Amino acid sequence: MAAIETREKVAALGEKYKYGFVTDIEMERAPKGLNEQTVAYVSAKKSEPEWMFEWRLGAFRRWVQMREPNWARVHYPKIDYQNAYYYAAPKNTPKKQSLDEVDPKLLETYKKLGIPLHEQMALAGVAVDAVFDSVSVATTFKERLNEAGVIFCPISEAIRDYPDLVKKYLGTVVPVTDNFFATLNSAVFSDGTFVYVPKGVRCPMELSTYFRINASETGQFERTLIIADEGSYVSYLEGCTAPKRDENQLHAAVVELIALDNAEIKYSTVQNWYPGDENGLGGIYNFVTKRGDCRGRNSKISWTQVETGSAITWKYPSCILRGDDSVGEFYSIAIANNYQQADTGTKMIHLGKNTRSRIVSKGISAGKAQNTYRGLVSVHPHAEKARNYTQCDSLLIGGECGAHTVPYIESKNRSARVEHEATTSKIAEDQLFYCTQRGILPEEAVALIVNGFCKEVLQQLPMEFAVEAQKLVGISLEGSVG
Amino acid sequence: MLEIKDLHVSVGGKEILKGLSLNIGAGKVHAIMGPNGSGKSTLSYVLAGRDGYDVTNGSVLYNGEDLTVLPPEERAAKGVFLAMQYPVEIPGVTTLTFLKTALNAQRRARGEKEIDAMGVLRLVREKAKILNVSEEMLKRALNVGFSGGEKKRLEILQMALFEPKLAILDETDSGLDIDALKLVAEGVNTLRAPNRAMLVITHYQRLLDYIVPDRVHVLAGGRIIAEGGKELAHELEAKGYAHIVKDAA
Repeated sequence: MAAIETREKVAALGEKYKYGFVTDIEMERAPKGLNEQTVAYVSAKKSEPEWMFEWRLGAFRRWVQMREPNWARVHYPKIDYQNAYYYAAPKNTPKKQSLDEVDPKLLETYKKLGIPLHEQMALAGVAVDAVFDSVSVATTFKERLNEAGVIFCPISEAIRDYPDLVKKYLGTVVPVTDNFFATLNSAVFSDGTFVYVPKGVRCPMELSTYFRINASETGQFERTLIIADEGSYVSYLEGCTAPKRDENQLHAAVVELIALDNAEIKYSTVQNWYPGDENGLGGIYNFVTKRGDCRGRNSKISWTQVETGSAITWKYPSCILRGDDSVGEFYSIAIANNYQQADTGTKMIHLGKNTRSRIVSKGISAGKAQNTYRGLVSVHPHAEKARNYTQCDSLLIGGECGAHTVPYIESKNRSARVEHEATTSKIAEDQLFYCTQRGILPEEAVALIVNGFCKEVLQQLPMEFAVEAQKLVGISLEGSVG
Repeated sequence: MLEIKDLHVSVGGKEILKGLSLNIGAGKVHAIMGPNGSGKSTLSYVLAGRDGYDVTNGSVLYNGEDLTVLPPEERAAKGVFLAMQYPVEIPGVTTLTFLKTALNAQRRARGEKEIDAMGVLRLVREKAKILNVSEEMLKRALNVGFSGGEKKRLEILQMALFEPKLAILDETDSGLDIDALKLVAEGVNTLRAPNRAMLVITHYQRLLDYIVPDRVHVLAGGRIIAEGGKELAHELEAKGYAHIVKDAA
């Protein structure tokens, strides 16, 4: 009785994706389809130097020979890559000197998304780069970062203004030929974020980028490159939302992180792309390649992700532990509800001596969703005394969803120690009853229990993000009890 | 306050309660005693509204209102509290967070103002003293790694915090040593009030030495088979359930 009522209540609330609005703004697009002209169009729009265009073209020529991977536990109709736009930008945006020049409609959108671009950011101490479809719209807090010598700008700007840095590092972690989606991104990436933290500098604030897909039938291909020079530290956050549309939209991003000697990069993601409706219609296809290279001695890269959105998530933020004594971490919460499919995990590649990695993955499945953890811990012959600890916990809500764990472990060094622990549990009826008996509504009880389950990972997020993420966990599971 | 008439309850198609009737007035403490499998816990769950306990016949009126049509959280907001025999663990959710969430959920349902974290902490500290619930316990995940005594003390702490009108204590004495039992009973006794009814469910008379009931009912085979004053508990203890069950048959 109670269960049915809950289901009705939740149904009455309707689709709850609160970021599902569309901003009505005039767009400039590349012609539909993907060919060398498209690549040239994107490159020209960005006023790129010749070397960058050649780089893209090389990627494109490689891509046409590649095949879409099919090893992940995700199912979707064949994507027609010729039936999409590869570049869309709000008209009249480029070359903004200050926020006052940005289209007020865009600023309104960011307000709706809860991103305070103005003074609020000063209070929060966060610098934001906002990518709307294909272009970076506004970057705040440039000055304070400039004083510290930190470069934080759209990658299109970095290609023009810091070509040596870009040339030196771009594609060195995720090579142009890495995989189908990364190669596609290399050919047509439109914008993204570039960060360089100079030697010995502790970045004075959290850096943040908000990605928003607005235009229909448009793929988004952003590219992020973060370099932490010797002895530096940076914490970077990204957030993602998209409007509700019945069609599926492709998002194929590439993120490269490079940490030199004694440097540390903390990278946090709250991914809330539109997941599709409760019948599985629409939603973002999220095919993302994220990789960090602990290139220097005693360096550290830490990934934290909260994945609640997207119809399909295909994402394995990884660490190459090249420098001796380097540390890689992966903290993940992946929530799949309704018809969402998530295939996500990490790779920890131990190359250097005394390298250590830690993986904590929390997968939550509800509705008819399928949630897979896929991970690789690889210890190479020279990785003396490498250590890995992996913990994979799955939580099931209801009887129609699935949780899968696919851990690969390869150790080629006898002194290495690799530990793997995995659990699968259900939200027990007695837990729910206990909560409701104390007056807590069933949906609220699920959110409470799931937040408890994810606590270890939520604690890794910067404070102001953690609160949002907790709420998001509750929202994305609405309708899952009954 | 509570009027149960000819209550029949099935669990998984099997009838457990077979025509139970019981009245409890405000300010009274009633005890239900009975052997294992007599339907004691079923009674507590059906009053609290747990899924899977189907009322097939009879009625339960709470302040004149049909209780059986309400979901558990609405019953809780209206003042029905069940101190459970086996309090569940919720990993990762600190006890204080749970208490705050529950208290405010009830207040919200009643249209009262919510209380902020500091306010809740102040309230909890005040109630925690009598029950010897430490600050450290409040910071731990709900019931995770708690001893039997700690779990039961926390149940009574919640009772003190939520100030229910009808409190059902299901085998609150089970798993407690004598010191813990005294502590819990003392906590319960301070909560006796003219506007509050209590239903104490227990297998043993021991608890009733400390929480002295106004009435004692003996439950066996899904029915009340004997009733009396507090002395009935002692008689049961001396002669055993078999004796009374046989007499009633």
